[in-house]
Amino acid sequence: MKTLIFLLQKEFKQIFRNKTLLRMIIALPVIQLVILPLAADYEIKNINISVIDHDRSGYSRQLVNKIGSSGYFVMVNYSHDFRDGMAQIESDAADVVLEIPQNFERDLIRENKQEVFLAINAINGTKASVGGGYLSRVISDFNQEIRQDWSNGARSKNEQIEVTSINRFNPQLNYQFFMVPGILAILVTMIGAYMCALNIVKEKEVGTIEQINVTPIRKHHFILGKLIPFWVIGIFVFSLGLFIVARGVYGIIPLGSVVLLYAYLSLYLVAILGVGLLVSTYSQTQQQAMSLAFFLMMIFILMSGLFTPIESMPPWARLIAQFNPVTHFIQVMRMIVMKGSALKDIIFQTLAMVAFAIFFNVWALLNYKKTS
Amino acid sequence: MKQLLTFIKKEFKHVFRDPKSLLLLFGLPVVQIILFGFALTNEIKDSKVVIIDYSKDASTQQLTEHFRANASFLIEENLMSHLEIEDAFKAGTIKMAIVFPAYFHRSLTREGKVQVQLITDASDPNTATSLTNFASAVIRDYQQKEQGVRSPLQIGIEVRNMYNPELLGTTNFVPGVMALVLLLICVLMTSVSIVKEKENGTMEILLVSPFNPFMVILSKVLPYLILSIVNLITILLLSVLLLDLPINGSLVLLFGVSIIFILTALSLGLLISNSTDSQQTAMLISLMGMLLPTMMFTGFLFPLENMPMPLQIVANFLPSKWYYIIVKDVMIKGLGVAAVWKETLILIAMTIVLLTISIRKFNIRLS
Repeated sequence: MKTLIFLLQKEFKQIFRNKTLLRMIIALPVIQLVILPLAADYEIKNINISVIDHDRSGYSRQLVNKIGSSGYFVMVNYSHDFRDGMAQIESDAADVVLEIPQNFERDLIRENKQEVFLAINAINGTKASVGGGYLSRVISDFNQEIRQDWSNGARSKNEQIEVTSINRFNPQLNYQFFMVPGILAILVTMIGAYMCALNIVKEKEVGTIEQINVTPIRKHHFILGKLIPFWVIGIFVFSLGLFIVARGVYGIIPLGSVVLLYAYLSLYLVAILGVGLLVSTYSQTQQQAMSLAFFLMMIFILMSGLFTPIESMPPWARLIAQFNPVTHFIQVMRMIVMKGSALKDIIFQTLAMVAFAIFFNVWALLNYKKTS
Repeated sequence: MKQLLTFIKKEFKHVFRDPKSLLLLFGLPVVQIILFGFALTNEIKDSKVVIIDYSKDASTQQLTEHFRANASFLIEENLMSHLEIEDAFKAGTIKMAIVFPAYFHRSLTREGKVQVQLITDASDPNTATSLTNFASAVIRDYQQKEQGVRSPLQIGIEVRNMYNPELLGTTNFVPGVMALVLLLICVLMTSVSIVKEKENGTMEILLVSPFNPFMVILSKVLPYLILSIVNLITILLLSVLLLDLPINGSLVLLFGVSIIFILTALSLGLLISNSTDSQQTAMLISLMGMLLPTMMFTGFLFPLENMPMPLQIVANFLPSKWYYIIVKDVMIKGLGVAAVWKETLILIAMTIVLLTISIRKFNIRLS
């Protein structure tokens, strides 16, 4: 016990001595947590539309007006040359081109049928399908309108299914409420795993680890002495993020129990520090540790459901996501903070995290050798 | 010249002596392109949705069938109370509940009006909005089909999804991941290169030798430039062979611009290396400081035009944003130099500025 206290003293002294590093450990997460959620907005709005109107009739103008006033679209061009539209799609000036054929109004009345043509820039498939969906809705609304005008009073039996929707937990559909807990989770993960891995490898590279190895300090003392300081830093950074940034800047107050949140965080940090420890046992130089940590972190972040939904991944990728500790932490963060989920709702995630914590730490412990 | 060659040799030896790092540097892009190329998509599919049908008549059953046929939903029928819905949301087992009221068919035919209620778990606003939109579309389609046969004045819509007819995620994500992986690897590798010599004390030796500081920098960059070009080739091969992504434009152009982008990234790494005094700090900047911002401001995850103005300006300073635009234009749209010269010039300008600053910052005397 005494050995451990001395070791901890040493570690904290070393950490507090390096002012540049300390400042970065605190500033980098805080700044990122303030800025990044503002950038995360999936909502598809302001779709640039280019209208090619070969008809220029009453109906076609009515349709164009309706699109303009729908709120989703910005009219960037209104002409009668299809090549204009294509050029605008190529240069990204327009996202959608709507072509209204010649004699649109005349044929619609004569033949009861007419087609309009949509060309969508579909490189971003989601944006394309959402934008196309909006436009189809506007056109079918327009269709309904002119149909009613046309049949005028002689309205056929008009059956209406109305759709009402309720958005639970986030009625304003504020995307930041969703992103802030997730980004905070990632920042805490990076601080914990990187710092822990780099710190140990640095001792290896500089050679001071030899000095520790020849002392009677036990393996688990040394490892605990390394883990505890970063565990404390992790909790500290998390609290800064939760109480100062999330609450102060974004007005997010956890709906669920803060105690439960911290309990899960404590468990999670043990698991993720285990990953850092593992990385350090496999590396001889800081460069190696960093490359390995970088590799893992990219996968951890992009496969965690932070940015893209896990349900949409193919089955094998969903399986990988389940073996990613970050996935569970982000899920739990969002559940407790936004929905007020209780312990019974996160039993599975808790058990998984216990397993991760044991797995990574035992592996690292077995792989850590006092002799080189 | 001979000096330079010996110097470059030294650097190459340094790099190749560390097979572990080397393996990672080559393996990383391969694994990531494959993994993210297949796994990342914004598309909403297989979302668990529960249908609560208090009516169970002909209309609601037909509607339920329509919902089942849609790939966005994974439908389950269950009579849940509102409290149970709430619990299911909290446990995260369902994303949306669709409620058909009692006497659905009767209300629809007799009163000409009936309400369907959609309740979503909007803690994920994107999924919630998409699901609401999809469900409304299913209901609208159903209704139109029911009345369609006898309606006059039908406007049909013919849609062509350009560049990506199947609306795949890869077309958008692969260029993004390319920009991300190339930038981060290059920055990472070079960011430690100079600071490492400072930390180990070998920099002193280099500085007292008759080498020109400029040569020191040049020879540091060269091995990584070659490594990155190898990475670029692997990434392109994988995208074409494995992910079925086309290279519609000129390969030479794509290659040329990619090399400029790699140079930009290497210069950024050099600047970090010259401005810091320990490897730990350099790595923290290039990892902690760059990973998330690069992901978010490149534009492949979140549309840049949605961001607040100041952030759109910030994104302009990120080389990967410009490279992402170029790759999309050349690879997928098949455009030529005329379309991408502006972005290329920006990358060149960035490289020059970054290099100038980092050479200025390169101190000949250590404290």
